[in-house]
Amino acid sequence: MKEKNIVALNHVNLNYQSLEGETPALEDISFSVAKGEFIGIIGPSGCGKTTILSLIAGLMKPMSGTVLVEGKEVDGPSGKVGYMLQQDYLFEWRTILQNVMLGLEIQGKVNKESKQKVLHLLETYGLADFRNHYPQQLSGGMRQRVALIRTLAINPDVLLLDEPFSALDYQTRLALSDEVAGIIRKEGKTALLVSHDIAEVISMTSRVLVLSKRPGTIKSIYDIRLSGPNRNPVELRKAPEFREYFNLIWKELDVHVQ
Amino acid sequence: MSNKNTQYPGRKPASPEHLAYLKIVKRRKTAIRTTQISILIVFLVLWEVAADLKWIDPFITSQPSRIFHTLQNLLRTGELWKHVSITLYETIAGFLVGTILGTLIAIILWWSDFIAKVADPYLVVLNSLPKVALGPIIIVWIGAGTKAILVMTLLISIIVTIIGVLNGFLEVSKDKIKLLKTFGATKRQILTKVVLPASIPTIISALKINVGMSWVGVIVGEFLVSKAGLGYLAVYGGQVFQLDLVMTSVAIMLVAAAIMYQGVAWLEKRYLKWRQ
Repeated sequence: MKEKNIVALNHVNLNYQSLEGETPALEDISFSVAKGEFIGIIGPSGCGKTTILSLIAGLMKPMSGTVLVEGKEVDGPSGKVGYMLQQDYLFEWRTILQNVMLGLEIQGKVNKESKQKVLHLLETYGLADFRNHYPQQLSGGMRQRVALIRTLAINPDVLLLDEPFSALDYQTRLALSDEVAGIIRKEGKTALLVSHDIAEVISMTSRVLVLSKRPGTIKSIYDIRLSGPNRNPVELRKAPEFREYFNLIWKELDVHVQ
Repeated sequence: MSNKNTQYPGRKPASPEHLAYLKIVKRRKTAIRTTQISILIVFLVLWEVAADLKWIDPFITSQPSRIFHTLQNLLRTGELWKHVSITLYETIAGFLVGTILGTLIAIILWWSDFIAKVADPYLVVLNSLPKVALGPIIIVWIGAGTKAILVMTLLISIIVTIIGVLNGFLEVSKDKIKLLKTFGATKRQILTKVVLPASIPTIISALKINVGMSWVGVIVGEFLVSKAGLGYLAVYGGQVFQLDLVMTSVAIMLVAAAIMYQGVAWLEKRYLKWRQ
């Protein structure tokens, strides 16, 4: 494995088992992610996008093929990978600060230094005043930002984002995607974004994998190069190339209303 | 990002409309409380007067003033405290043991899905069995004493606790558990970090039910075996046809059960401050 590839999947196959039978979920998936890269995965619902993230996070094992993170085969969840889910799943009985400390607590890494870092993150992303509030008192966008900081707190090398904005309204979604892209760039993280929102994926990531319908296979890969003075996803949507990518991927997804 | 819709408790300056709103809410609350108290007073006065005017026979129905006198007598002879303390001890002990043991068993069943599946039909059948029917067995096995009363109380409260708390555990969001797993949490951490804290509301409602269940267990137990306690007092009063004594012990039970229930409610308020 090449050193610079932080995540690599080689010929991964996976079937789901149930009483009714076996459903092939992923078929011969191979791709790799270089350090600092931001990759998007897009595909029709049920194509196994989330499954790919679960494999990288170590929540599932492939039937065949290998999943490598930092050159080592994934064997269960580790502190190297941070996973951000579709909803914030903040714990209502914990304050914001306690919520953000959750991952560190579980990994037994609570100390002065890590706590200082968490406080700094809260400070940087405008949540310091809310650290003693309960999640109920925060808006949806703020809650999702807390969830991101909770993921960043364990200092992962790779961030997995599983439709992290899908539960939010459109405006918040745009604003937050801007913010999250900024945070990821600033913290220098490698990231994978799963989404079914074509515009979101084009504007946020630098490479897009398009998956086919179940069983998921990689249909095509697009390198996204948008021109513009500003790297904000919202601004990038105005880039002249944006439409082209959008139409290409739209055709590729072959969406039909059934 | 817009924070304008976020609620900051206590920060909004109170407008006249808001004050008016608060006033209405408060007035309604006062009205409810006043009506509740009035019903009690009217009931007691009616009872007293009806007995005085011989609309009803106080020998059979007793009367608030007679209850009060009985209470005074019991207090003077020191018997009151004896009976109350015995029953209270039995109820609280049964309540605590039932709740703690029930929760522990629920944890075991949560931990092992296999054991839970195996135990399921037994729990369902035991739950619908009238535990009072086990009274004679308990007396023969354990003897007619405090121990038998405690076992009866435990039997009545524990199955309900196990089922209630386990259901609470199983309702905890799968995604919250997934979140913990992404951090590499062990099963034990999943239990202590999410399953238990998320189930505290369920456990507290189990406590509330158990207050009632423990009283049923203790009083039934005292009916069957005891020589002291409020249940004994009620049964004894019935046997010697002293309805004053029966009513007095029922009145004390009412007050004691209400206090215990309030205690649980206070606990709920204290531990669920995040619920507001």
